[in-house]
Amino acid sequence: MAKEGLGLEITELRLGLPGGGTEKNEKKRVFSEISEEEENEKSNGPPELQSKSQVVGWPPVCSYRKKNSFGDKDGSKTSKFYVKVSMDGAPFLRKINLALHKGYSDLVKALEKLFGEALRDAESCEFVPIYEDKDGDWMLAGDVPWEMFIESCKRLRIMKKADAKGFGVLQSRVALNGTLKE
Amino acid sequence: MNYFPDEVLEHVFDFITSHKDRNSVSLVCKSWYKIERCSRQRVFIGNCYSISPERLIARFPGLKSLTLKGKPHFADFNLVPHDWGGFVYPWIKALAKSRIGLEELRLKRMVVSDESLELLSKSFVNFKSLVLVSCEGFTTDGLAAIAANCRFLRELDLQENEVDDHRGHWLSCFPESCTSLISLNFACLRGEVNLGALERLVSRSPNLKSLRLNRAVPLDTLQKLLMRAPQLVDLGIGSYVHDPFSEVYNKLKIAIQRCKSIRSLSGFLEVAPHCMSAIYPIFGNLTFLNLSYAPGLHGNKLMKLIQHCRKLQRLWILDCIGDKGLGVVALTCKELQELRVFPSDPFGAGNAAVTEEGLVLVSAGCPKLNSLLYFCQQMTNAALITVAKNCPNFIRFRLCILDPIKPDPVTNQPLDEGFGAIVQSCKGLKRLSLSGLLTDQVFLYIGMYAEQLEMLSIAFAADSDKGMLYVLNGCKKLRKLEIRDCPFGDAALLEDVGKYETMRSLWMSSCEVTLGGCKSVAEKMPSLNVEIIDECEQMEFNLDDKQKVDKMYLYRTLVGHRKDAPEYVLIL
Repeated sequence: MAKEGLGLEITELRLGLPGGGTEKNEKKRVFSEISEEEENEKSNGPPELQSKSQVVGWPPVCSYRKKNSFGDKDGSKTSKFYVKVSMDGAPFLRKINLALHKGYSDLVKALEKLFGEALRDAESCEFVPIYEDKDGDWMLAGDVPWEMFIESCKRLRIMKKADAKGFGVLQSRVALNGTLKE
Repeated sequence: MNYFPDEVLEHVFDFITSHKDRNSVSLVCKSWYKIERCSRQRVFIGNCYSISPERLIARFPGLKSLTLKGKPHFADFNLVPHDWGGFVYPWIKALAKSRIGLEELRLKRMVVSDESLELLSKSFVNFKSLVLVSCEGFTTDGLAAIAANCRFLRELDLQENEVDDHRGHWLSCFPESCTSLISLNFACLRGEVNLGALERLVSRSPNLKSLRLNRAVPLDTLQKLLMRAPQLVDLGIGSYVHDPFSEVYNKLKIAIQRCKSIRSLSGFLEVAPHCMSAIYPIFGNLTFLNLSYAPGLHGNKLMKLIQHCRKLQRLWILDCIGDKGLGVVALTCKELQELRVFPSDPFGAGNAAVTEEGLVLVSAGCPKLNSLLYFCQQMTNAALITVAKNCPNFIRFRLCILDPIKPDPVTNQPLDEGFGAIVQSCKGLKRLSLSGLLTDQVFLYIGMYAEQLEMLSIAFAADSDKGMLYVLNGCKKLRKLEIRDCPFGDAALLEDVGKYETMRSLWMSSCEVTLGGCKSVAEKMPSLNVEIIDECEQMEFNLDDKQKVDKMYLYRTLVGHRKDAPEYVLIL
């Protein structure tokens, strides 16, 4: 069973400042995150290749195969899995491309990047990542295999754990603790 | 003319099974036509719009098995809008009304609604076999109807369909009395299935020979299924993920050893590569192996696996096998006839791991190779010439260089000479797909040498109308021609319109043909439907004959314009 740490890592995000003197950098990061992302998109290959990959119907791989081919070696897929991510207390939402991440731990890192400042600014409380699935239900992230998660996740929400009290989240955490010990 | 009573002729015709031969028989004389049509049980219709169900029923009252194809091939690559057509419902409705005792229905690229499936399941008492390939429009509810109502169902084979999965209960709809299943393939379904129902179904199906599972079926269940069905010949593994030290894994090893008949293996939709040794015993007997949906298998693990496959005749694999892996194939699989190498990055960002080297190795090591589909990074003329020499038996040769106009990287020349060598050497070539930098010259070769060619796919090639003309003039047996992004215009299109009546269909998109040119074809040839697919609806406002047509699809038909075309399809 993959020891992915699942939701545990994100629920353990502490919200004290990471260690002073980095305020300037953080501010830079918020904006530079945006420009970083743009740069990353641009550097996905020489322009000719990029435009080729936008030619409809080329390469001639049938659409069923395209939809069911996961996991190329370097993870550079074109995006089909952008979902909205909201965070309790954050003034606006973000979007994240699930297809670009290999697993839950990768996703958590990305979320930290996206909401870094907000996470740090919030009063010291913990967060739980939940997602809305195809049936419209809100689910705790981490229970199902990654591939299944990508397919069924419609949107993400970083919820304050305090709000989740009484919804069995604590119990899950204990369960997760249990498996990690094994 | 008739020296024998009809019954004798009918008995003789029973031995003639190929569609082409039976079609020829029916043309000999009126009485042979009559005897043939009354005794015909299997009919193949390559284009559902070429004939109507009523006429089919009238001519072949003894029809038991029908094969229908709907959308043009380029629909696979999203070049044809969703609701273009290819609806099966009118066929099922007409057949249901008639006295036809349909037993088998095989559909490809058609739109199949739940309503159709339900009607199908209730209308034919002896219905035995449903095969759906690359179809869409139905949900698991339709499958539930088939399971529940077809009492003598032998085959339910779903290949690469887009199915709206309502999760699971359809398998439970097979009644306890259903024990006739021979083949069950639901690998393309995305949702959960009732595992208990699946186990019980397999337990009560002693004739089950082919079972292809979807990714929701875990290893645990697989092991149980194999214990109950050691007679399987064809297996599609859903999920193959487990801890190699677990009890389930040990049980699987035992189960596999009992399965001495498996000759065909596919699936591995989820795979843990370190667990493969449990199934090594099967590999030595395999004639067909499909790992093209298993990107988790590559590198040394994959090569180790391939080394067991000495009897392999057909291999479908991803390009992460690499040229080196293809070298292992060349050394091991001496019986290989068909090879398909798919891109592991289907969005074509140029990361393909195979080149001309892999293909040359396979051609040298596998002299029986006759069918190829090869997605690669690059190709050279020298390599193609070598391949042509090594393998003169190609029937199908489809090469896709991911950069569609890439020249020979060594000489910087177009690939005309390479493909020319292929068509010259492979005298039995029936299907050809080209790619790479190509001029009119390659078409000259094709027209000259490809005498048996029936299907040709062209993209981003040629310099002028001459290219298309060489093909139309030269390839006498051409049935399907599909062209995209080539500089072929009205002059080529109109040169010999009579030719199109000898073909099933012609597709041209992003070429230079104009509305006027297409109108001209339609006027001269009333036996053709000339369809303009105009998604942007430019034609509505601007019926200027000089305007270039984005997508044109023409096909011969005996029943005139179809009535079910959507608004953006203009039938001239």
